[in-house]
Amino acid sequence: MNKNDLLREEIIRRSGVNPKKCMKCGKCSGTCPAYDEMEFHPHQFASMIDSGDIQPLIDSESVYKCLSCFACVERCPRGVEPAKLIEAVRLSVIREKGNNRMTPNDIPEKVDEETPQQLLVSAFRKYTK
Amino acid sequence: MKVSYFPGCTLKNKAKDLDEYARKCAELLGVTLEEIENWQCCGGVFTTSKDEVATKLSSVRALKDAKSKEQPLVSVCSACHNVIKQTNHAMQTDSEFADKVNRYMADEEPYDGETEVLHYLELLRDKVGFDKVKEAVVNSLKGKKIAAYYGCLLLRPNSVMRMDDPENPTIMEELISAMGATPVVYGMRNECCGGYIALESPELAKKKSNAVVANAKAQGADMIITACPLCRYNLEKNGADIPVVYFTELLAQALGVKEAENE
Repeated sequence: MNKNDLLREEIIRRSGVNPKKCMKCGKCSGTCPAYDEMEFHPHQFASMIDSGDIQPLIDSESVYKCLSCFACVERCPRGVEPAKLIEAVRLSVIREKGNNRMTPNDIPEKVDEETPQQLLVSAFRKYTK
Repeated sequence: MKVSYFPGCTLKNKAKDLDEYARKCAELLGVTLEEIENWQCCGGVFTTSKDEVATKLSSVRALKDAKSKEQPLVSVCSACHNVIKQTNHAMQTDSEFADKVNRYMADEEPYDGETEVLHYLELLRDKVGFDKVKEAVVNSLKGKKIAAYYGCLLLRPNSVMRMDDPENPTIMEELISAMGATPVVYGMRNECCGGYIALESPELAKKKSNAVVANAKAQGADMIITACPLCRYNLEKNGADIPVVYFTELLAQALGVKEAENE
């Protein structure tokens, strides 16, 4: 099995999602609150992972734009759960050494008096390993 | 009635009001929130990937603690509740994941998702009853038009959360009615405020939060209530010009455990 096929299998196994269930209706992307910020949209994650075209997703900022709001998961008429695919790709990126999106040193300039702890722990969980 | 209580990191710091009034109101309604000992941060967001184990152990420890006392596990923070409930669901339904967790904690009793996980709102609705809440109101909020902001974490994914209809929820509106106020229903009440994107893209959080506030105001709301510290932060930070308060603060006001404010 070549490296790309391995990656595809790994993402499908890790996410528990079968991208072949996607019927490309676009409802996930239509309801995504981060749509405008994304180069690749939720429905594209499903189709590109299915076809093994994964490297562009790994190289894209789109993996950091998902807000984990589960709107796409809730509203998909086929139960595809695109957010789980996006998360699986993002983990492939941030689990690699040196790929943490954020470090504690970045934090002081980003917080204010009211910043809730929840914001920091959520961001670290999503952006770092 | 006694229940196990997981406050979470934010309720010990920036959201002390969410915690304090939750405890006081519950006590008044005959429920003691017993804070579990040595709880650890839930992590704020549930990692959906099946091969993430370590990040879910703090939730499992809390769930085990409640199980040992034969109590339901209650949280007030939307994020804590979401993470703990999704973790519990994974322990119930994903045998490979549960096996890894139980092996990691092999020196303890195995855990298979036995604990009942409740949000504080569910505690009020399903264990106390909104009728009883209504009877306990001493300062009716009559005349106030209040918009419930659910955000994402209370309702989704509904296959796990099972709190309410994810697209047409009523639990907070019922609470608002029980307190004597008028609930304002608006389309954006279960859409995202931007969440943790506030840290790296404040502009996007602003756009999302503004849309929520504008929609609530357009439907006539003069106040927004939430259960989520991050929702409140995003809405307030981005210039909400109507008050955004924790639902427990308002409940405390209605039940007379907090002096009326903003009057």
